[in-house]
Amino acid sequence: MIRVELPHHLRTLAQVSGSVTLEVAEPVTLQRVLDALEARYPVLRGTIRDHDTQQRRAFLRFFACEEDLSHEPVDAPLPEAVVTGKEPLLVIGAIAGGSEGSGEAVSERY
Amino acid sequence: MSRVRVLVGTRKGAFVLTADGKREHWDVSGPFFAGWEIYHMKGSPVNPDRIYVSQTSGWFGQIIQRSDDGGQSWNAPGGGQQKSPQGWPAGESNRFVYDTSEKTGAPLTTHQWYDGTQHPWEFKRVWHLEPSLSDAEAVYAGVEDAALFRSADGGHSWQELAALRGHGTGPRWQPGAGGMCLHTIVLDPKDPERIYIAISAAGAFRTDDGGQTWKPINKGLVSDTIPEPKAEVGHCVHHIAMNPKRPGVLFMQKHWDVMRSDDAGDSWREVSGNLPTDFGFAIDVHAHEPETVYVAPITSDSLHYPVDGKLQVWRSRTGGNEWEPMTKGLPQKDCYVNVLRDAMAVDSLDECGVYFGTTGGQVYVSPDAGEQWKPIVHDLPAVLSVEVQTIA
Repeated sequence: MIRVELPHHLRTLAQVSGSVTLEVAEPVTLQRVLDALEARYPVLRGTIRDHDTQQRRAFLRFFACEEDLSHEPVDAPLPEAVVTGKEPLLVIGAIAGGSEGSGEAVSERY
Repeated sequence: MSRVRVLVGTRKGAFVLTADGKREHWDVSGPFFAGWEIYHMKGSPVNPDRIYVSQTSGWFGQIIQRSDDGGQSWNAPGGGQQKSPQGWPAGESNRFVYDTSEKTGAPLTTHQWYDGTQHPWEFKRVWHLEPSLSDAEAVYAGVEDAALFRSADGGHSWQELAALRGHGTGPRWQPGAGGMCLHTIVLDPKDPERIYIAISAAGAFRTDDGGQTWKPINKGLVSDTIPEPKAEVGHCVHHIAMNPKRPGVLFMQKHWDVMRSDDAGDSWREVSGNLPTDFGFAIDVHAHEPETVYVAPITSDSLHYPVDGKLQVWRSRTGGNEWEPMTKGLPQKDCYVNVLRDAMAVDSLDECGVYFGTTGGQVYVSPDAGEQWKPIVHDLPAVLSVEVQTIA
């Protein structure tokens, strides 16, 4: 079982608490995990990666085993500890600015 | 007895404020979708318990939420948890895809960027949701980068009305400081084929055939901040309001200037009159008196707060030009909030109520058409939008 840790706002959106556990066929890759996640929770489609291009959203990053996987190929195998469920895959919202309005992710409604 | 339900979108969630027809005692519920920006929420005039919500985030993108019980519970249409391997919901309620098909899509693929260069269209968020006047399942969405979408299935799926973006002037549209957004959608209650929209900074447009063709309706607008002040497009229109009983007459708060049209937007004339400043965002029209108009003047495009720190709504009972300040109950010193474009609304009770929200988190009500004001709430997150439902 793969464990995925979602940021707070995506947990509330998907109405889950704690880690999400997913069955993912091997080879376990980032793309397969995200496919399984979105299949289980369709409301998350478009919130982590673009609907059509499948590109990671700019202000999200992926970590596991203290490694930044954000820029790894999505079809690369994930670390063994993630595959075995020992370590979770972390989906993390990037820190954008130290205060409201200073980061690009915070829009100013003119 | 009739009652009112005020739908408040804020920078950190949605709130629903309810009261009976006296509008003295209020119940506050929320925050819903806590922590997310709620750009707009609006109820269906066909089924007032049907409420559509634009929930958005710079991190996680766009979500459309919906209530079918007047705000008691919410769901993302098409985005529910999977029940079985065979029954996966479509999960498309947050999918807004520009039409690029050869047949109906616009060949246009760029608009003007801040620096004058051309830039591709990129979906960012839904600014405004306008439910159909005749079908609770149908709803329009105005989005950034500017385009108009329509859902015919209660928000499950969305299709662009691509003729707006493709009618030819797109390369001259440019973003305002808040982005290039389609923020105003006005439906004509007497002509279901007629829709008005407004874009910052492109101007106002109208369709008379349900969105198959569009025309710019900016004649009479003068904007000194653009290279051609009287250009066909490029004006920073902030909001347009209409009394549903007189749909041919429109009132506009432009970046600078308050404008009026008596011919469905074919021509405009300035009616700023004696306003202390004619910069502002919000504008609305009395529910029963088509010549009574409300604006919330803001100092300037550089100073987004009331003149001299005095929060004032100005009312004209003559359709513009002659305005009076309505200040009773509003702070008259040290007030430096803004009133955003979708943050003013009126109810349709016999004595028309007027409402507005501020970036300081206050929502004010005047149950007597502007004579006196009092705060319903005063410590919400910054208010992005206010709509009101009058419920029999």
